[in-house]
Amino acid sequence: MLLLPALMLSGCNLVLLNPAGDVARQQSDLMIASVILISLIIVPVLIAIGVIAWRYRASNERADYDADWDHSTKLELVVWAAPLLIIVMLGAMTWIGAHQLDPYRPLTRISAGHPVAANAQPLEVEVVSLDWKWLFFYPKYGIATVNELAAPINMPIHFKLTSTTMMNSFFIPSLAGQIYTMPGMQTVLHAVINKPGNYKGFSSNYSGHGFTDMRFRFLGMSQQDFSRWVAKVRAGGSDLDRKAFDQLSKPSRAVPVHYYAHVDADLYHHILNRCVDPGQVCMDKIMAIDANSIRAAHGSDADKALSGNPSMTAPAHDAATN
Amino acid sequence: MPDRPAIWNFLLGRLSLSSLPLDNTILVWTFVVVALGGAALLATITYYRKWGYLWHEWFTSVDHKRLGVMYMVLGTVMLLRGFADAIMMRSQQAVAFGSNMGYLPPHHYDQIFTAHGAIMIFFVAMPYIAGFMNFVMPLQIGARDVAFPFLNNFSFWLTVAGVVLFMTSLFIGDFSHAGWLGMPPVSELKQSPGPGVDYYIWGLQLSGLGTLLTGINFVVTVVKMRAPGMTLMKMPMFSWTTLCTSGLIVVTFPILTATLFLLSLDRYLGTHFFTNGFGGNVMMYVNLIWVWGHPEVYILILPMFGLYSEIVPTFSGKRLFGYSSMVYATASIMILSYLVWLHHFFTMGSGADVNSFFALTTMLISIPTGAKIFNWLFTMYRGRVRFDVPMLWTMGFLFTFTIGGMTGVMLSVAPADFLLHNSLFLVAHFHNVIIGGVVFGVFAGINYWFPKAFGFRLDEFWGKMSFWFWQIGFWVAFGPLYVLGLMGVTRRLSHFTDPSLQIWFIIAAFGAFLILLGILSFVMQIYVSIRRRDQLAVGNDPWGGRTLEWSTSSPPPPYNFAFIPMVHERDAWTDMKKHGYQRPLEGFNAIHMPKNTGTGVVLAALGTVFGFAMVWYIWWLAVVSFVALIAVAIVHTFNYDRDGHISAEEVSQFEHTGNWEPKAQGATA
Ligand code: HEM
Ligand SMILES: [Cu+2]
Repeated sequence: MLLLPALMLSGCNLVLLNPAGDVARQQSDLMIASVILISLIIVPVLIAIGVIAWRYRASNERADYDADWDHSTKLELVVWAAPLLIIVMLGAMTWIGAHQLDPYRPLTRISAGHPVAANAQPLEVEVVSLDWKWLFFYPKYGIATVNELAAPINMPIHFKLTSTTMMNSFFIPSLAGQIYTMPGMQTVLHAVINKPGNYKGFSSNYSGHGFTDMRFRFLGMSQQDFSRWVAKVRAGGSDLDRKAFDQLSKPSRAVPVHYYAHVDADLYHHILNRCVDPGQVCMDKIMAIDANSIRAAHGSDADKALSGNPSMTAPAHDAATN
Repeated sequence: MPDRPAIWNFLLGRLSLSSLPLDNTILVWTFVVVALGGAALLATITYYRKWGYLWHEWFTSVDHKRLGVMYMVLGTVMLLRGFADAIMMRSQQAVAFGSNMGYLPPHHYDQIFTAHGAIMIFFVAMPYIAGFMNFVMPLQIGARDVAFPFLNNFSFWLTVAGVVLFMTSLFIGDFSHAGWLGMPPVSELKQSPGPGVDYYIWGLQLSGLGTLLTGINFVVTVVKMRAPGMTLMKMPMFSWTTLCTSGLIVVTFPILTATLFLLSLDRYLGTHFFTNGFGGNVMMYVNLIWVWGHPEVYILILPMFGLYSEIVPTFSGKRLFGYSSMVYATASIMILSYLVWLHHFFTMGSGADVNSFFALTTMLISIPTGAKIFNWLFTMYRGRVRFDVPMLWTMGFLFTFTIGGMTGVMLSVAPADFLLHNSLFLVAHFHNVIIGGVVFGVFAGINYWFPKAFGFRLDEFWGKMSFWFWQIGFWVAFGPLYVLGLMGVTRRLSHFTDPSLQIWFIIAAFGAFLILLGILSFVMQIYVSIRRRDQLAVGNDPWGGRTLEWSTSSPPPPYNFAFIPMVHERDAWTDMKKHGYQRPLEGFNAIHMPKNTGTGVVLAALGTVFGFAMVWYIWWLAVVSFVALIAVAIVHTFNYDRDGHISAEEVSQFEHTGNWEPKAQGATA
């Protein structure tokens, strides 16, 4: 009976337990470590449930019976201390893990034992979730793609992410944990892919009727292959200006891969600041004006007040304090 | 607004013939079945001339026991609805692979998971716990009713009003597709211009008000109406958890109301609380809704913890181990549950410090919860454990919930949650604790207190059938979801491209089918038990109970206790039995009780009309019904004819009926 699930499991790809990117790898390790740690207490409890139920079943006259036994300071101590002990360890692990694997924190290593070289430049990618597809900008190369993302292996990737209308979550399970994309806000993710391959990517946060099809491919490739891929995009791509973007941003589903060879330089900035339409004032500008007028009205006190709220002083607002 | 003469738009708002989903065959057939079933039910009631009886004895009743039973019936009916949605999702996901799009297009599938989640939480789990708290708590604390009996009736009908609006959305218009929490931007007017989100909002506003009033009512009842001698630390565990849950309700439901109110301002008046532009912020909604939402899951589980804390000692023939540590555990869970909400969105981009803080508070909750599990085990330890059906469900709970707790701790490890968030692993986890904790508890509680409510026990064979189908069905239905989650599959998907996933969805669908058999066995259990009620009849104390509800007859008389008991000990009834308690059979006094009133039904009906009018923009009707609602409420305050008396003779009659002793050879206590 137990063999059957085991057999089936060996046949399928549990990507969360066996990812190809170092960040996901560490997150996964933490997950596995936490299971082992909790099992220290859960397994004995599960066994105890069975043993106690069997031993003290009503028909077992030989077991002792003590109807008034309802307190034991020693046991109470164990009852509270045992979970506490586990939680202290787990908590320490989590605290360290949460800081080391903070998506905002630039990578320090490519994989176990391989620190990031001091002069290494990460690959910059700007991600926009649209209804219902993904748009990836490569600012260094001046290109953009729809529903296909590529990166050289063992090179840190620095994602900046935003959204046009909905709240989505950018997730490539093989690469790294997910991060939300939200309109008018920017989130950040640092990651690295260690093995070449063709991986699944998608939105994991429900965003309306086309959500199901909001999938893309993530290609991990060697540096040479990546250069070839960039050349291919350049050769086969069309132009992405404001007009083309307007067209693209209309809701559509199951959109095929598309390449853009030329991209308006500050399109991503305009998307993030919700001013792609020429008539709109960019949010960062509005905030700067607001901040200045507050400063003018309140003098130096205003700086203190303003600094308490990063979204007002930061020109391109991060999603949250960080 | 539809294109037609202005007068029609005035009269009907945006309601028109095209609002009826006539092009959707599934819905049309559902409607036909519901209409035929409903007509048959109404005809039967009319044929047996039961309308008067239902109205006078039940609908207008302010008796907490009657209201408790009505809540349980409501919960069961809605369980069937919520489960029907689950079966539809399971069958869709089992077939919708590759070129096969299944039979539910996204805009329909999305409404179904929204309806399933919202109904299961608000109109299955909540009515069930309200039902238990209503029926059991006043009996346990030796009270004759709750503090505000009329309010109690009104609360129930407000819950029904919410149900009516939700069910109406099936056949007039459509339902929200924004998930069970109605998250913007999906729920904003721009993305959801139809009436669906409005049905959701007004349904929850009405029932949420009812829940809030219930919470206030029960806090006051527990604090003010305990029998003499019952200090807080002598109060039965279930009443303790009722107090804590009610406290949580009082403090958190206003947050839900306010949040939905802000959303409705966005939708009706064009404000920008949660919109993308003009200073609106989606993250605000996500925070607010979870500030309510996380305590909500503890509102559901705490009474169940209390219920298990009654069942385990009873069936182990032993005092509850570590009573005071149980009380402190409950209280600390109540407080901690306010401090964890952010664990629902570690991935929204807050910094590592914030995430760590909320991860740690979340883990902290598992300490008192773990302590509880140990205490139940030590209660069984050195006991004489009888595995009657309520205890079987409790064993199922201990096993299932412990594993669900383990996956929960995994999710609380913030970095791991970056992988598991929004996945089917998460879906498996919360069903694991909610089915293992709440649903199993509901069945344990129904089997445990049914004899008290009706004077006969539930059939054991069908009870066990139901138990085993649910146990096995649960793991077959949700085990695959854990696996799929680890394969990186997310929730709320209506179609798949990767064929290697399909086998797991087929297994899960089979599991849902087993659960269906479990539900049918439960229905069968009720039916068979009613047929065999004479053989199954029991006296006042069928299980060897330990708390005061078992000291009174089954079913209890309207006034619960002819003489309010004096409490000396924690397990008051065990203590009374030990000291050879003899029930007094004379010397009764007249008892003062509140009178039944139909005002609650009327108010809730007006509320329903108001909600419907708001959903469809029928402004005149909204104004009229709202004014009427206020007027009726004010008029009711001038109704001084609220008191009734049960004369000493009537009390004496009740106390001499056969409800005390088993009618046949039933009891084994
Ligand atoms: C009885 C068997 C049940 C089955 C087979 C079942 C099945 C499902 C399925 C298939 C989903 C959708 C998963 C997805 O989005 O991919 C779901 C979601 C959900 N279920 Fe259940 N469910 C059951 C019972 C319950 C119960 C008892 C509750 C609560 C008391 C519950 C609460 C929820 C909630 C809150 C959601 C999330 C809805 C959303 O995504 O907005 N379910 N369930
Ligand atoms: Cu929570």
